Amino acid sequence: MVLTQSPAVRVALSVAIATGLYGLSFGALSVAAGLDLLQTLALSLLLFSGGSQFAFIGVIAGGGSGISAMSAAALLGIRNGVYGMQVNVLLRPSRWRKLATAHLTIDESVATATGQTDPDEQRRGFWAAGIGVFVLWNLFTLVGALAGNAMGDPARWGLDGAAVAAFLGLLWPRIRAKEPAAIAVVCAVVTLLAVPLVPPGVPILIAAVVAAALGLAGFGPATEGLEPDVEPYHAETGHTGTKGAA
Amino acid sequence: MTLWGWILLACAVSIATKFLGFLVPAKLLDNPRMLRVAGSLTIGLLAALTAVNTFASGQSVVLDARLAALAAAAVALWLRAPFLLVVAIGALAAGLARLLGAA
Repeated sequence: MVLTQSPAVRVALSVAIATGLYGLSFGALSVAAGLDLLQTLALSLLLFSGGSQFAFIGVIAGGGSGISAMSAAALLGIRNGVYGMQVNVLLRPSRWRKLATAHLTIDESVATATGQTDPDEQRRGFWAAGIGVFVLWNLFTLVGALAGNAMGDPARWGLDGAAVAAFLGLLWPRIRAKEPAAIAVVCAVVTLLAVPLVPPGVPILIAAVVAAALGLAGFGPATEGLEPDVEPYHAETGHTGTKGAA
Repeated sequence: MTLWGWILLACAVSIATKFLGFLVPAKLLDNPRMLRVAGSLTIGLLAALTAVNTFASGQSVVLDARLAALAAAAVALWLRAPFLLVVAIGALAAGLARLLGAA
């Protein structure tokens, strides 16, 4: 198997680099929020879930208590439990591998894996994105924490724009049909309506409940469920598609 | 409890949450309806994450430079740009919008 010929691995590396660079922002903001270097690194190594980490330091930076920071991080992390169920079905990891698989279960690894149709590609996508993001996220957290003060406000560098583009990029291949597009729009609207009403992190959970209800009601992607019905990463893989990956 | 304590507790909760999903028997999800729910859930979560990252600032909904990132990324995706380029364009658009005076 030539890894560089795997479309899933190519997507995974793009995802890893994009997300990893965003770790700069986390490192810088965490130190600015008042955490020291070791505390910042501990969050990236052990908590390892970008949204939850930003929620944690966001609460601390806003003068919130440790317990509300922890609660925000925990709420925002609930979706990882949902992902765990999906990844378990998708990859069927052996017992001893489950903990490593679980730790690498994040938005990026799950999105990369479920964006592929071939089971081998799903597996490669998950591990390549999971390990790639883990390594780069931690590396750039360190750089960001060390360079934080020199860089100034990370927003000035457009890093928050990178995150927006990355999530839209992960969503995009899944909304080629009407039903998935409708689900995406409904969930985005529900999220924004909820933002002023509930603590940060909770709007995403509300959107998840709405999405699950729509799926359960039968208004959703066809039975293949996890995969988009077209080759998702066309532009990136040329015309070889998954066939080139064997 | 010290800040360290809360950090380590948050980490433990995160690891436990991720692991709990793996304890749900795969068989439970092995039917078309649950797969459909899983598919909808992925779409819903990614849409929610996109919306929050673009428009949310704490507990308020705001229009700022990130909107430029969203628009630029959408155009890039529509033109079938590779993922990494899309992300770079998003960062560039937000950076430029701020340079031009957007919040």
